[in-house]
Amino acid sequence: MAVDIVFWILAILSVAAALTVVLQRNIFRAALSLVLCFLAVAGLYVILNADFLAAVQVLIYAGGIGILIVLAIMLTRDVQQGSPSNKLRIPAVIVAVLVFGVLTFAMVNTPWQISTAAPTVPTTATLAGRLLGEGGFILTVEITATMLLAVVLGAVALMREK
Amino acid sequence: MAVGLNHYLILAAVLFSIGLYGALAKKNAIVILMCIEIMLNAVNITLAAFSLYIDPELLTGQVFVIFTTVVAAAEVVIGLAIIMNIYRRRETVETDKIDLMKW
Repeated sequence: MAVDIVFWILAILSVAAALTVVLQRNIFRAALSLVLCFLAVAGLYVILNADFLAAVQVLIYAGGIGILIVLAIMLTRDVQQGSPSNKLRIPAVIVAVLVFGVLTFAMVNTPWQISTAAPTVPTTATLAGRLLGEGGFILTVEITATMLLAVVLGAVALMREK
Repeated sequence: MAVGLNHYLILAAVLFSIGLYGALAKKNAIVILMCIEIMLNAVNITLAAFSLYIDPELLTGQVFVIFTTVVAAAEVVIGLAIIMNIYRRRETVETDKIDLMKW
């Protein structure tokens, strides 16, 4: 099926981009590869019937966070030194493989109750109802707004010249 | 073999492990932040997959993805502000040279 082929292409693309972020010596190229990984995840959202999330992913992750990280790399002059590993490289590999094994074991052996209902398409109206409607997540939305205000004030206070 | 819920979960586990390795093994603080972003993306994939396969009508998983996206953006802003501040004072972003909080 066409969706399966798209899934495998996007899965290989995202894993390869993530590996490039970790293994690439040049930090700037690692940041560009991180943006590629975000775009592949946006494609995964499209085949998961999450159209609004795909747009949010491209706007906030690939656009906003990608540009912020590239700017930070250009403002610090450590690009020439590459991104070396520290002394804990081998233990980190062991921990990562162990976590992967435990996660996969738990996920495969859990009897998920797959729903047979048809997926909601398009999702935007339903999401707005869940976020702002009655019995939804309105309190969390308010708390998120307060957190964003705190983040803006905190970033300004941290970066202010003395 | 048709792609199902387990495929998405295992893909997310692979991405999470790659990000975990990078966050543990890298020296540069900005690269560590990038690897944390990969881990957050892996968790978002699981939430969106659960939303489609287990709860396709209420979309609770997708609501959670929106909140984690906002928190991830806030985390990057504050993290980069702290890193830039340290760089301004100490001329380095290497984590093994930033040991001023080591008892």
